[in-house]
This record gives sequence, C-alpha cells and structure tokens, in this order.
Amino acid sequence: MESISSRGEKLSTLKLTVVQYGILFMMLALAGQLWRLQVLGAENFRMLAEQNRIRKVPILAPRGKLFDRENRLLVDNYPSVSCFLVREQNRNVDADLPLIARGLDIDLEQLQATLRHYRAAPGYQPIPIKQDITADEQAFIQSHRNELPELETIDEERRLYPRDGFASHLIGYVGEVSEEDLNNPRFAYYMPGDVVGKGGIEETYDQLLRGQDGSRDVIVDSRGREVGFLRTQHATPGQDLRLTIDEDLQHAAELALGDRNGAVVAMDPRNGEILALVSRPSFDPNAFAVRINRTDWNKLITDPDHPLMNKAIHAQLAPGSTFKILMSVAGLQEGIAQDMKINCPGGWGPYGYFHHCDEHHGAVDIHDAIPYSCDTFFYMLGDRLGIDRISKYATEFGYGQKTGIDLPGEQAGLMPSAQWKLKNYRARWYPDETLDVAIGQGAVAATPLQLARIIGGIASGGHLVRPHVVFPDQLPEDFRKALPETFPGSGNVDIPIDPDNWTIITDGMYQVTQPAYFHTAGSAHLEGIDFGGKTGTAQTMSHDALSRLGKSKNNNPNVWFVGVTPRRNPELVVAVLWQNGEFSYYPARIGAKIVSAYVEKQRRLAHNLVPVKTAAPVVMSAVWTGANPSGGPGKQNDSPPRMQGGSFLVQNGQIVARTTSDTHSAAQAVRKSGTESAGGAKPTAIPTQQAVTQLAKTRVVSPVKPQ
Amino acid sequence: MTAMRRILSFREFDWALLAMVLLLCTLSVFEIYSATLHTKYVGFHTKQMFWIAGGLAAMFLFAKIDYHRLLDWAPWAYGVCLFALAAVLVPGIGHKALGARRWIKAGPMLFQPSEWVKLVLILVVARFFANLGGRSLVKQDVFKAFILVGIPMLLVIKEPDLGTTLTYTPILIAGLFFGGINLRQSIILIAAAALFAVGAWSSGKILKPYQKARLTSFVNPDNDPRGAGYQLLQSKIAVGAGGVLGQGAAKGSQTQGDFLPIPHADFIFAAFSEEHGFVGAVFVLLLYFSILMRLIQNAQTAADLSGSLIIMGVVAVLTFQILVNVGMVIGFMPVTGIPLPLMSYGGSSVLFTFLALGAAMNVRMRRFVN
Repeated sequence: MESISSRGEKLSTLKLTVVQYGILFMMLALAGQLWRLQVLGAENFRMLAEQNRIRKVPILAPRGKLFDRENRLLVDNYPSVSCFLVREQNRNVDADLPLIARGLDIDLEQLQATLRHYRAAPGYQPIPIKQDITADEQAFIQSHRNELPELETIDEERRLYPRDGFASHLIGYVGEVSEEDLNNPRFAYYMPGDVVGKGGIEETYDQLLRGQDGSRDVIVDSRGREVGFLRTQHATPGQDLRLTIDEDLQHAAELALGDRNGAVVAMDPRNGEILALVSRPSFDPNAFAVRINRTDWNKLITDPDHPLMNKAIHAQLAPGSTFKILMSVAGLQEGIAQDMKINCPGGWGPYGYFHHCDEHHGAVDIHDAIPYSCDTFFYMLGDRLGIDRISKYATEFGYGQKTGIDLPGEQAGLMPSAQWKLKNYRARWYPDETLDVAIGQGAVAATPLQLARIIGGIASGGHLVRPHVVFPDQLPEDFRKALPETFPGSGNVDIPIDPDNWTIITDGMYQVTQPAYFHTAGSAHLEGIDFGGKTGTAQTMSHDALSRLGKSKNNNPNVWFVGVTPRRNPELVVAVLWQNGEFSYYPARIGAKIVSAYVEKQRRLAHNLVPVKTAAPVVMSAVWTGANPSGGPGKQNDSPPRMQGGSFLVQNGQIVARTTSDTHSAAQAVRKSGTESAGGAKPTAIPTQQAVTQLAKTRVVSPVKPQ
Repeated sequence: MTAMRRILSFREFDWALLAMVLLLCTLSVFEIYSATLHTKYVGFHTKQMFWIAGGLAAMFLFAKIDYHRLLDWAPWAYGVCLFALAAVLVPGIGHKALGARRWIKAGPMLFQPSEWVKLVLILVVARFFANLGGRSLVKQDVFKAFILVGIPMLLVIKEPDLGTTLTYTPILIAGLFFGGINLRQSIILIAAAALFAVGAWSSGKILKPYQKARLTSFVNPDNDPRGAGYQLLQSKIAVGAGGVLGQGAAKGSQTQGDFLPIPHADFIFAAFSEEHGFVGAVFVLLLYFSILMRLIQNAQTAADLSGSLIIMGVVAVLTFQILVNVGMVIGFMPVTGIPLPLMSYGGSSVLFTFLALGAAMNVRMRRFVN
C-alpha cells in the first residue's frame, strides 16, 4: 500500500471532458455512416443483397456453322456437357479440389491454376473447369451433389471440324480467350472463359459466328442450391457463313499436296473468290475445341515445320522464276523484251560475278524465255530495265503488299528497290543485284496467295482482285464496310496490259506445260485443257554453301508453280508451294491435278448429266433476232440481224421439229404479251402462253422451258 | 472494517451501469440466436448465456478485492503474463488454429493469454503512472511505459494476432495522456510511431502478407473481392440492406444466407444492423455511449489517481474495440478480427469485458473509502 503514493490526486477534469467529447464525436461519426448506409443507401444495398441470392446460369450460344459455296456443311456443332465451379456459396472450395480433380480426371495443379486465374473475375461468374465431360464424369457430379454442391454442369454446343485437318488453316479453331487478348480493346466484350475464334475464318468472323450467350436467372439458398426461378434470357445463335470454298476442289487440293510441306491456293481471278486453300503440315482443330493439353500444344508450336502457320498467306519466300511473268510484263510494256534476241551460253556475268542459267538454251527470245525459264534472258532484260522500273511494276502489281484477304496475319512479302536498300542497309544498289531480282531471288519475297493474285491478274489482262473466303453479301453492312480497314491490301486494281503483250505472256505460260524440249513443266501437261502456268525454283542457300554442305532434303530449293486455266481470262488460278521440293515440275504436276479436277467438275456441271424424264412433245413459239433458223439453232451465219419467229415441237428441252415460220404472228404474239425479245447470235426461245394456245395443233401437255 | 466495507460495496455498486450492460448482453444473445439459426453454430446463444453468467460472477468476485491490492499484485501478474505469452509461442505448448498460435490447451478448454494480458496491462499501466504521482513526465518515464506495453505487444504479434496487439495501444495512450505527457513529448511520440509504422510496413518481417492484404483491401476492396474485401463488402451490404427499421429478427438475407462472414462474432453488429435497421443500430451505439460516459463519470469520482487510471484504461480499451469493430462493419476500418465488447460471441471476450467492468466497479465502490 505504501507504494501507492497517489492518494488524493485526481484526474484533470479538462482531460476527461476532452475524452467525453472525443467519444461523442466518434459515436456521431459511426451513426453518420450508419445513416448513409441504412437510410440513404438502403435501396442500393437491398438490391445488392438481392443479387447475392440470384445466380446466373449461362446458356451458351451455338456458334454459326460454316458452309462451302454450294451450301455443303463444313463446320458443325455437337451437343456436349461442361463442368463449371460456382463460387457463390461461402464455402471453402479449396478443400474439395483433390476430390474434384480425382473425380473429373484433372491434374490437381492445373485445377488450382485455373481457380487462381479466375480469382479476379466477379463472384457470380462460374469457372469452367472441364469441358466435354464423359458420361462417367457426369455421373460423378450427380452422385456428389451433396458433398460438392459447387459443381454445375452446363449443356453447350461444341465445334465439330472436318477430320484430318481438312482446310484447318483456312477455318482456324476456337479456344478460350487468353489473358493478353482480354487486355486488348478489340476483346472488350469478352469475359474470361469465353470461347473465341483463333486463326482463319473463326478469328476474322468471330464477332458474327459467336452469337450472344443467354442466361437463366435462378434464386439460390445459402448453400447454392436452386430454390426458385426468375427469368430466362435466350441465347442468340451465331450467324452461319457461306464460304467461297468449293469442297470438291479443296479435297482435290488437299489430296494433290498430300503430306508435302507447303501450300496451295486456288482462286477465281475474275472475282477473288478463294476456291481452295491448303497449308502443310496441318493440325486437327478439334483438339482445340476441347482445351488442348500442354504436351500437344508444345508439340504444335515447337514443330520446325510450323503446323499452325497458314503458309498460303504467312510464308514469305523468294518467288523464283515465277517472278519472270512480272519481268515479262515490265519488259514488254516498256518495249524492251519484244526485240531481245539473245544467245544463252549457260549464264551471264557482266559485273564480274557469273550468274548461272540452268541450261545452255542457245538462241532465245521472249516467246521461248517463259517456257524455257531462261535465266540468261531475264538477267539481260533485268539489266536493261534496271531495278527502279522492275520495282515500280512489281509494286504496282502487288509484290511487297498485302492482298487484303479476310484472314488474319497476312504477310506482305518484300519487293526490294534502290531506296529500300538505301533506307535499310545504308548502301547503294549495285546493278549486279538487279540480276538476282530479275529471276525472283535476292531479297524478293512473296506469299503463295500474292503470286496467285498477281499471275492470275496478269493472265486476266491486268485485272487484279481482292481475294476473299466469305461471300460478302451475307455480312452485316457495317461489318462488310469495316473489312477493308481491318485487312488493308492492294485490293481490286486494273492495270491495263497491251493486248499484244498479254498474248505473248499468256501463250508463253501455255507453252510451259506443253511437252517440248527445254519446257519446264512439260510433264504437267493436261490433254484437252487450256492450261498454262509458270514454274519457280528458289534456292534456300547460295551455290557455295550448297557445295560445302552437300545435297540433303533440307537444303533442296523451294519450288513453285502458278497455273491458270484457261490461259487468257482464266477462271482459275492455282499457286502451289512445296518447300524443299527440289524440282519445279513437281509442284506443276500438283497444280495440274487441281486444274484438271476443276475443269472436270465444270464440264460435268455444264453437261448436266441429271437424267430427265421423257415428256410428250410440246408446241412452242419463239422470236429471236440475228440468226437464221434455217441453219438450225445455234449456228452462226453472216446475215444481218433481223427479227424472226417460228413455232417448234419441243421435247425434253430439245427442238425436235419446226412447225411454222411466221415472223409477223410471232412478233404480234410478243407485242400482245408485252415481252421484249432479247438475244444475240444464239436464238432465244420465248414461249408465251397465248402463242402456245393459238398455235397448238397437236396435244398440248404443258409448256416446257427450252434449255 | 471488513464488515463495513462489505455493506458499502453492495450499496455503492453501479447498478445503472450493470443494467445497461445486461441490456446489451440480452440483445447480443438474441442476435447470436438469429445469426446462428441455420448454421453449424446453432445453440451458441445458450453458450453465450453461460459465458455472461460466468462473467457476472467473475465481475462480482473481482469487484470485491480492493483494487489497491490488485495493483500490488499487478507486477507479479505481469510476469506470469509474459511467461504465458512466451509459452504460447512454443510449438509443444501453444495450440495452433487457423494458422495462428494463440492458445494454451488446458484440458478441454482453450485459454488465450493475450486476452488476459489486456486486463493486467490496464492495472500495470495504472500503477506505473499513479506511482509518478501526477508529476509531469520525463523522457525516461515515457520510455519505461513503452517497454512495459511493448514487450507483450511484440510477443502477441508473433502469434500472429494483429488485432489483439492493437488493443494494447489505447491502454498505453490513455496512460500517457492522463499520466501527464506534455505537448512536445506527444508530438515526438506521434512522429516516432508513424516512422515505426512505415518501417514495419516496408520491412516485411513484422506484418504477414495476409495482414498487409487485409489492410490494403480495406483501402481498395476490389483488389481482393473474395477475401477480406469480400467480407467488407458483404458486411456493408448487410448493414445497408437493413434500412431504417431492419429486415426483422432472423430475416436478414445476408445474415441468414451465409453471405456475412461469422455473423455471430466479429460481424455481429452487421447482422444486428441488417435485422434491426438504423433504429436498432443507433440504439446500440447509444447504449455504448451511455456505458462509456458512466465509466468516465466513475473515473472522475474515484478516490485516487490509480483508481481513475484503471477506469480510464478500461474506457480506452472498450472505446477502441467499439470503434474498430463497428468501423470495420460499416466500412471505415480494415478487417482486424477485434470483437465487439458485450455483443460478439466468445468466452474470452465476454470474461475480459466483465472483469474490466468489475475493475471499474471496484474503483467506484471504494470512492468514499480512504
């Protein structure tokens, strides 16, 4: 007790008052916040509390299907069940993970990584943990409803791609949107876990194909069990797309290229519709539709042959002798090549270094230079043109520029010029370098698609087109308008080529596939088909390096072929690239197979071998101008065009007999029916009901439309 | 003398204070009943009633021992406390739960020394400053007071238990304030404390990452929507959804739906606010305010400085806990795991509060004794 010396001392009243006011202030501050939350914010917080109890169960929109140009199904969907983990309930999911991993056959670490990945996502969003689960795994989830209430299954539509990597590079694949993508403003409307198109059409047209997911809003209790149902927001399926691809030709191209490392592009040069697009090696896009496992993925991305690369638009390689077509255009348009008659002694070396030619061609002019692919001729032509003129023509026709195809990641290739060298190497252009460029070597690089567009355009007399794989008429207005901005390129251009020059070049290309001495692709000859083209052999390393290393498959030259049919104003241009393929007549044969598949199909369609039932003959009247029917329908003569008329017995679309020839009455019949007669050299039969009944002498069954 | 004192004690007992305390305890029991209705904690309100009964008994017993004698014992108790706190940290003796080693297992009971240290610290600090006799403090006094409170703080933060550690600071602050610290010293102290806080934050050795995360998630709850930030958000939703009159007893969707974390313990004020609204919440705050004012009045009427210091120590701890807990529930403060005195479920908390109140009663009963 003695130690307590403070008896009688008192606390300062001032200090106690300070404390009292301090506590009062504190209580008022707390009450003030309560007022803010409970009186002012009550409405808002009641809503939030309500949302706590509403769970959104997603209804996933089926992706749009892909059809070929003849409306044959290429990419479909199939129903599948996915397992999701719902974090709504306030329970420690981590403890359940080992059981979940075992039951669903997932790697535990991978599962934990998935959960970490979604930590930042809003709580109501379910985490996809396994896709396309089996019936056994579904049974596991059903039987563990009580232990694992956080597991939820969702029915969805999953992508079904053609087998064996058919058109895989063209179509692309789908996968979960990646974290980097989510940071990209282009993916502003995507949530983690969303499926997104990657590569090919799936990527370009993802916005249309994906549709709009819906949801079922259900009320859950504190355990996350569904106790009530609020509303359904239906999913909007993605838009189906019709591609310009012809499934038959795609098949032919896939088979023709086989397992060779390279690419094939087949395009209609009149309008830029891609009919077939193949790249090798291929991959199975179905492996991506369900999450691809790490080993398979690593195998795909580390493969030296780049299976995921669409070589038709991504591979930028020296075009080799296919560049000589452009050289010929430049030489002829500049009026130089016509008069060049040179002697090929097996090469040329005006600047000290001897440039080889494959053969000793002897006397060569422009007509032989293309089928012979005579390097000496083009060395000399290139030397006379100079790099500036070559580069001007090449750039004009699209070398070194993207074509603007509606596929992601197209490469521009490269067209060197004196300025280019000055800018990039700070060095002057040496005339000797022009000789390499003249035969498509040196720094020149092009993609197979570029070559198809350029050579197809030259064969069309300078009508160059923008390639595309989806018919634009089915696209929404704003999407269609945005496409040229999203995929910039040289697009549709007309560069008139002098008809004489055009004839020389296309005839030269025709000669390439004619079997004759020195012709580079005589073995790709197709009997009865107007088929031309140009081969190309591009060394992958210099002659010196080659002689040091010796011959092996890996340093074989890349070989090219670009073919057209028919030779002038072609309907089809095919570019074939075979990497390390050694001889350029190999890709020419591949191209020939595709060309013949195309021509055969067109002939089959033209002849329309569909059987027709035999019908009774029908009397029909017709009027036409120009042709004299006495010579029989379809025959041309030199008489001046005048209006004629007649009535015929028609059976199965064929005229079997002529009954009358009455120009006046036929013209009258036309005037009565108000139909305008049309037609040129060929007679156009116009049946009119009045005429048929008026002139019917025999039994009239029904008017059959003539073919 | 003894007989006279006994008669005195019954008459001078603060019955009004006890009535307010018991009213709060009743509200607490009802809210615990409601909050645990559909959870595995169902029936905890009965347990809480036993704790309250035990607390009342302890309070009366504690009030009977003259506080001067308690002050004499305080240094010994302080030594025992340091020993117990150190023992907790030894893996064989200390019982580990939820990642923290805070308990000593005594038979079936878990005993948490850090709670009792609060009480002992109140007495030790009161004794220390009372011994100075009201003279103005010198540097050494401030330093000694710091050592006195600092050692148990270091031991408790090692457990780790950030919340309890923080409750020791108001005892020190109250002691210094009423012990007679001058303005210059307090400015230096505040600066030093700020420096120490910054150092503790950046050194990474004193605070665990999860403790830092809790503190940062208070500033920016979106950083950690499923962790401490989630708890804060759900708590605010619960309070706000209560509105003016509340959702009604046992009807709060946040409380009943398990969205509110531990609604019977740390977040009981949120549960109460959801079910009884602004009116109920303000009524509880008013009760707390009245209790604190009553205690301060008792401090003013105490017979001597040591008695006043004991009561003000109790006021400091209770005020701090109310501020931090309610502040946390309504989104003013980070999640620290400090219970709300007299409301939150928990034996240690209830016993400490009643013993602390017992100490205050003790002082009041002897206000005329000299």
